[in-house]
Amino acid sequence: MLEIKNLHAGIEGKDILKGINLTINAGEVHAIMGPNGSGKSTLSSVIAGNETYEVTKGDIILDNESLLEVAPETRAHKGVFLSFQYPVEIPGVTTTNFIKTAINEKRKAQGLEELPAKDMLKLIREKSTLLEMDRKFLSRSLNEGFSGGEKKRNEIFQMAMLEPKLAILDETDSGLDIDALKIVANGVNKLKNKDNAVIVITHYQRLLEYIVPDYVHVLYNGKIVKSGGKELAFELEEKGYDWIKNL
Amino acid sequence: MSLKEKLISSFIALENKGSVDLDSNIHNIRTKAIEVFEQKGFPTKKDEEWKYTSLKSILKHNYSVFPSSENSVEVNDIKKYFIQGIESYKIVFIDGVYSSFLSETTHDGFDICLLSSAIKKTKHKIVTDYYFNTLANKNDSITALNTAFTTEGTYIHIPKNVMVPKPIQLMYFYTGKENEVMLQPRNLIIVGENSHVQIVERHQCLTKKATVLTNAVTEIFAHKRAIVDWYKIQNDTENASLIDSTFVEQRENSIVSVNTYSFGGKLTRNNLEFHQKGEHIVSNLNGISVLNKKQHVDHHTLVNHIEPNCESHELYKGIYNNASTGVFNGKVIVKKEAQKTNAYQQNNSILIGDKAAVNAKPQLEIFADDVKCSHGCTIGQLDESALFYMQQRGIPKAEAKALLLFAFANDVVEKIKIPELKTTITKLIADKLGVELGFNL
Repeated sequence: MLEIKNLHAGIEGKDILKGINLTINAGEVHAIMGPNGSGKSTLSSVIAGNETYEVTKGDIILDNESLLEVAPETRAHKGVFLSFQYPVEIPGVTTTNFIKTAINEKRKAQGLEELPAKDMLKLIREKSTLLEMDRKFLSRSLNEGFSGGEKKRNEIFQMAMLEPKLAILDETDSGLDIDALKIVANGVNKLKNKDNAVIVITHYQRLLEYIVPDYVHVLYNGKIVKSGGKELAFELEEKGYDWIKNL
Repeated sequence: MSLKEKLISSFIALENKGSVDLDSNIHNIRTKAIEVFEQKGFPTKKDEEWKYTSLKSILKHNYSVFPSSENSVEVNDIKKYFIQGIESYKIVFIDGVYSSFLSETTHDGFDICLLSSAIKKTKHKIVTDYYFNTLANKNDSITALNTAFTTEGTYIHIPKNVMVPKPIQLMYFYTGKENEVMLQPRNLIIVGENSHVQIVERHQCLTKKATVLTNAVTEIFAHKRAIVDWYKIQNDTENASLIDSTFVEQRENSIVSVNTYSFGGKLTRNNLEFHQKGEHIVSNLNGISVLNKKQHVDHHTLVNHIEPNCESHELYKGIYNNASTGVFNGKVIVKKEAQKTNAYQQNNSILIGDKAAVNAKPQLEIFADDVKCSHGCTIGQLDESALFYMQQRGIPKAEAKALLLFAFANDVVEKIKIPELKTTITKLIADKLGVELGFNL
């Protein structure tokens, strides 16, 4: 489904990603771990199409089609979803209207009619229940005044609404207490099926106890220095990141 | 001959007409006013209050001061400028002349009529003599110019305990039959104790080509516990300029809100003054400016807190595209006696165009010691991280921008109490931002 080939990217002339190779197939969960500053968030931003970063070499291919020249919104329509490490607050736009706009834009891109209000309402109820969200958040301005945990839950709620093909969860566990973490992980697991894929970006192994990866990759200094099965996460937890610096 | 010279000689001609009663109060007021204008002339950038707004480009025209009368318009050509879907009183002027055919006035329980007839009729003359030009700034040359020349405008007198059942639309149309015209309408509004009225004011040129300069003056008197909601729609054509001076006097427990929506025109200057003469008064000043090309809007506000226990709330938002420019000068005076004053002022601007600029100047003069006064002023750009966030969720960049800008202006839009007007303003903003609304907030 997703193929990243020798990807080099940076910001203002500074190289951050220095040759990433990664292949993800439908139905798989990949975890990307690494110390601070290793390029984890840059990788997720570049896949989503953030224009702050410049791709200098290599390619990102989704379903046999290069994404490099594709606008962020079109990538979203093709099924790329990024759960942000720091979701932005948008005062004046309610969560409900935001997600409604997002869904209808996607449908428009697919040549579908707008989702009737009745169905939208049903979908919102179903997905907010799945994530045990307090409904009062839905009528509030998007993320405005939300706690860190509420923002992350809101991200996964939006993911549930949009049903992406490729979901990238960037440090979704940060800011979540253990109960919220379980709820969010449960939500992700319920959305998981044989046709989609998930990339979990995390610093700690904690989230991977609940969202169990098929593969774990260790990112260090802009490169994947080690890949393995889920046991690699435990090894990292045990030995710490200093261990990989010497690989 | 400069415009100033032309105006002065036109004044002499106007007042020498046989019909003018040289002993009348109004004649005296006019004569004094033209003296002020003759002495001071048009303000220049050397004048502190006009530092960021130059009238030079709009004063170079050879305006006709008394446009030819009796121009008619088709109802279909002007229909779209009225608020759709509501019942309202209407007072309509075409090229400065009242159109009874298009208007819907009343004398039933309260008066909505012409200022010219109110000044002449004995019944109203007592009222107009008492109020007319007592509030307007007599030393301001632009206001004085209006006082000297005005022949027409709206007179609204609501006595005690009247809830005016529908909004009043004041519509000043200009047909553009003459190429360069100056119009000087004048409004006098008196709202009695416990009464409530909603008023929408619009100045609109009907052709793009014509150059028009409107110098409008409005005096609003709100008595005890009166509630006045005033909405100014400024969406004129690109060669039309407007200088609007509005003066409000409030008595105790009254609530007056003036909302100004500036989207169109070449140059717009709003002088808005509130004078609080009583306790427990609330004054609300709200504004949204959305400009593009080389448009210029200048909001000059003054809130004069004279008595204790009053409030003022000021919120102005601006979105500046291309090379448009804006000025916000908000003056708040809290007199020594005005203890327990709550005065809030907020002015936020977003600059989108590379050449857009805003000059913001909050001025607080506080002489009382037990007050709450705050002012906030921000000038920024669209939040790029918010744009990317929205794009990531599938919302195209243009629409994401519009959504952010709408969200930015929304708290001012939300203050509109007439739902149909809210729709009108929302549509005007969407038009101005060049988007079709695929969303609501």
